[in-house]
Amino acid sequence: MATTLAKAAVDGTETTGHAARIEHVSKSFATPAGQQLVLDDITLDVAPGEFVTLLGASGCGKSTLLNLVAGLDKPSSGEISTQGRPALMFQEHALFPWLTAGKNIELALKLRGIPKADRRTRAEELLELVRLNGAYDKRVHELSGGMRQRVAMARALAQDSQLLLMDEPFAALDAITRDVLHDELTRIWRETNVSVLFVTHNVREAVRLAERVVLLSSRPGRVAHEWRVGIPQPRRIEDTAVAELSVEITEQLRGEIRRHGQH
Amino acid sequence: MASTETTTASKAVGPAAVTDSGPGQDLAGLEAGLDALETVQTVRTPLRQTLVRKVLPPLTAVVLVLVAWQALVSFKIVTDPSKLPPPSAVWDEVSSAWLQGTLLDYIWTSVSRGLLGFLLALAIGTPLGLVVARVRFIRSAIGPILSGLQSLPSVAWVPPAVIWLGLDNKMMYAVILLGAVPSIANGLVSGVDQVPPLFLRAGRTLGATGLRHTWHIVLPAALPGYLAGLKQGWAFSWRSLMAAEIIASSPDLGVGLGQLLENGRNASSMSMVFLAIFLILIVGIAIDLLIFSPLERRVLRGRGLLVRS
Repeated sequence: MATTLAKAAVDGTETTGHAARIEHVSKSFATPAGQQLVLDDITLDVAPGEFVTLLGASGCGKSTLLNLVAGLDKPSSGEISTQGRPALMFQEHALFPWLTAGKNIELALKLRGIPKADRRTRAEELLELVRLNGAYDKRVHELSGGMRQRVAMARALAQDSQLLLMDEPFAALDAITRDVLHDELTRIWRETNVSVLFVTHNVREAVRLAERVVLLSSRPGRVAHEWRVGIPQPRRIEDTAVAELSVEITEQLRGEIRRHGQH
Repeated sequence: MASTETTTASKAVGPAAVTDSGPGQDLAGLEAGLDALETVQTVRTPLRQTLVRKVLPPLTAVVLVLVAWQALVSFKIVTDPSKLPPPSAVWDEVSSAWLQGTLLDYIWTSVSRGLLGFLLALAIGTPLGLVVARVRFIRSAIGPILSGLQSLPSVAWVPPAVIWLGLDNKMMYAVILLGAVPSIANGLVSGVDQVPPLFLRAGRTLGATGLRHTWHIVLPAALPGYLAGLKQGWAFSWRSLMAAEIIASSPDLGVGLGQLLENGRNASSMSMVFLAIFLILIVGIAIDLLIFSPLERRVLRGRGLLVRS
């Protein structure tokens, strides 16, 4: 199954050359105080199979940007193009409590038009991919926080999208579980070759996971800096190289935050 | 002793041990351990405990009321049996109605009307609630009226219904509908309003739009609120029906519980009045206990929303 997903991603490459292209995107919202610019002229590409993290402090509009890429909202100006409909994972698992873990995944398959006969097998394969083989009949409330996020990951992968958008998906988990899910996500990303655009405010997490870290400034959100992360996978969050790059990025991030206090 | 323990421990979890077993194996084992540690075991309460906690208290309350009632009569606190008959007189009324074979007829006449009326209200109230919840214009137009209607006592509909439809079953159903449809529709509206926006966004990202979005995401998410509306809708159906039966009696209509109550008043038979009131109360409670409560509990338990004390 991992191979079919990988193949789909490669097919995507041949037609477009990018999993997501964000060109000069701005977004402003109407507030009582007038128009507020949240994103200002963001240009960013995600290559097929690439893992990019968007890093920024509060108010940098990173979740807004993700919503735009997901097609849940329209940019005020600029263009966003993706290959098909991207899958989206939230900070909360967003699993439907009236369905079992397996049926949650099957609903995603059904909405994608997969025939009924194939859904069960496919759902079980996806549960196996996130190492939850026995969880098909489990209700959402019977699963731990980490297991819920893995089912949510399986459901997102069920969309068979070439782009997986993740909006701080591990922020609400305890440190041990988060660490395990980092390993898990890296493994799945490498097995499926899906492109990932991952939003976080955690610098270490960004460096631990990504091939490329994009730092957004706040109010309005602009691309402030970009780093290629050359550290070979599998990485660990406590690796020296991860720590060193994190220190550098944190300095930059703090600089961005400090600017807001200077007037 | 302590030092040997530390050395063995550091050997087992040291970096060498981790690399030896391979990163994949290690991760799977770690994950399995976390899952096992964090999974909550849900155990259903045993039957005996349920009996002691849930059945015993209301039974005790009923017995206490009966004892108090008997005491009022026995100690001559109330002496006029036409005001307060002893429990035994009401029991005689029950057994004579049973022996004549009319007891179940009274009950069935009303229950069949009530349930059929409720089902009709369900068929009308559900689409109405859905449209009000989802279409902004209709919501502004009739939403306030719909919630206002809930506070209108349904007995107010009896006179117009009699004038429009005459003294027959149609009029009974009209009164039930006017009482129950707003409750059911409002229940669904508030159920839809309380759907967490996250579910709607998640549904849309999964590609659910239009009717599929309504069917797969909105309706199941709104089910708890809808069920609460149904429960209330039944209570309104039953109340409206009793009002209609008490006010509009005609030989063509057959004797339901409402008429039984009215007949008791006309015959100045307090025991018959008591019998009718008890039957109305018992039927109302029984339908709730046998149909709506189990349904609601099932839905809430499935979603992990039932808090165990």
